[in-house]
Amino acid sequence: MLARLSNYLYRHPTVLLLMLLGPPLLYMLGFYVAPLAVLLVNSFYRLDDFTGQVVREVSLQQYATLLQGANLDIFGRTALMAFVVTLACVVLAFPLAYYIARHAGPRTKAALYLSVLLPLWSSYLVKVYAWKLLLSQEGIVNWVFEKLGLQGVLTALLAVPGIGGPSLSISNIGIFIAFVYTWLPYMILPMQAALERVPNSLLEASGDLGARPAETFRTVTLPLIIPGVVAGSIFTFSLTLGDFVIPAILGNSSFYIGQAVLTFQGSSGNVPLAAAFTVVPIVIMILYLIGAKRVGAFDAL
Amino acid sequence: MSKSLPILRAAAGMTLAFLFLPLVIILLYAFNTEEAAFTFPPPGLTLQWFGVALQRQDFWNAFGLSLRVAAIATAAALVLGTLAAAAVYRFNFFGKETISFLLLLPIALPGIVSGIALRASLGLADIPFSFWTIVIGHATFCVVTVYNNVLARFRRLSRSQIEASMDLGANGIQTFRYIILPELATALLAGGMLAFALSFDEIIVTTFTAGQEQTLPIWMFSQLTRPRQRPVTNVVAFLVILLTALPILWAHRLTQKSNES
Repeated sequence: MLARLSNYLYRHPTVLLLMLLGPPLLYMLGFYVAPLAVLLVNSFYRLDDFTGQVVREVSLQQYATLLQGANLDIFGRTALMAFVVTLACVVLAFPLAYYIARHAGPRTKAALYLSVLLPLWSSYLVKVYAWKLLLSQEGIVNWVFEKLGLQGVLTALLAVPGIGGPSLSISNIGIFIAFVYTWLPYMILPMQAALERVPNSLLEASGDLGARPAETFRTVTLPLIIPGVVAGSIFTFSLTLGDFVIPAILGNSSFYIGQAVLTFQGSSGNVPLAAAFTVVPIVIMILYLIGAKRVGAFDAL
Repeated sequence: MSKSLPILRAAAGMTLAFLFLPLVIILLYAFNTEEAAFTFPPPGLTLQWFGVALQRQDFWNAFGLSLRVAAIATAAALVLGTLAAAAVYRFNFFGKETISFLLLLPIALPGIVSGIALRASLGLADIPFSFWTIVIGHATFCVVTVYNNVLARFRRLSRSQIEASMDLGANGIQTFRYIILPELATALLAGGMLAFALSFDEIIVTTFTAGQEQTLPIWMFSQLTRPRQRPVTNVVAFLVILLTALPILWAHRLTQKSNES
């Protein structure tokens, strides 16, 4: 019976292909692509002002709402945060990635690799909670500043409008630190992988041809690791764009995209507006992904 | 380069310290005696809260639900991911390039997108929230971890072994069972563990598909926004860190071994 099936499939490869590809493809189309389409369609509906019910008529009302000042602020704030978080991740990830890829011996390398994996796979909520502990008024960060006699610096920093707040654990600085921390491993790993793929012979050749180390780095290493950096930035950028947990726990009343979507959808039941809100990060990420594919970041994932 | 090595070392060390400080703090605070604040250094240490935490039924319920969701989502991802990887490895077909992209999309796009999309669709189809709606959402982003691992292993598989098996009279199914599957085992394990971890930890999509159900991350989130007993949260955080660290260390061992052999 099995043998006959096997022979049949051998002679009819198309049937085999359909059997292999069918289930995953149908699953993704049914439970991912179709919902995305539903979401997109919803963003063109509107809410009846009196009944609060969704009216299924096509209009651009939600997109007009997106352009209101308060909403533009949310997009600007979130995109800016995603950008600076990504930048900070690149800066922090580089030395460790470089050391793991090019200086550590096999044993150290394995140990260091593991020490990136551990925080990566540790519970996301526990990590956010840890920063609530660390950054709170009575917590360790304040304690360190106090012991170093730098209390004034911290107070001055928290007084800056836009990034400050009553304490580090309720401020945009706190949100920034927590984002950088939670997504950092996503940057380190592809960066390290990219660095490891840079052939030593190229670096030697560059040196032999008279380039100084800094020059070699700028003209040989850097262009070769860009795909890895972009691959990492897909995660740091995308994850920041859609997150609502970190701003909810460490933030104040100024919303990020994720919180706005959750609120529209949850408490006010305004699915059309929530849908239109998510179209923005989708468009940003699709443009980002197309750019990333261009620089070859998909092979670096 | 040798002159800048100490600087590199120091910078790498600082990043490493940054990565570990929060985990160490969690381990420390689980023993904290203080009930209402996060004073550093902790005024006293105790084991008392472990007992209290372990008797909280709401914690156990959330923990159990998360385990069950992750188990089923992982099983689904193992099947779907392996099938997709086999199709991409074995065949050339129109749109082959798109498959990787499609499978990657759920983790490349913000989770909030999948979340609200599923929520809107469930509403449209009048499907009530349940255990299964959580699983369906999780499986969409778990498939890619299995797919990537298995496809990478497929590509390392030598064709000659498969040909030898067929030449010796094994049919396709036998070849799969006795030659290919054993080769895939560690890739399936690694991909499956990643999928499990992703699902176990997920909160963004889950918020939109869980209804009244509380998975462990949702339970923790509610503890953070409306704390009932801070020390209990500390202890649970400690346990969750241990719970994730142990399988990672174990998996690392395993992959090290399979790479050496």
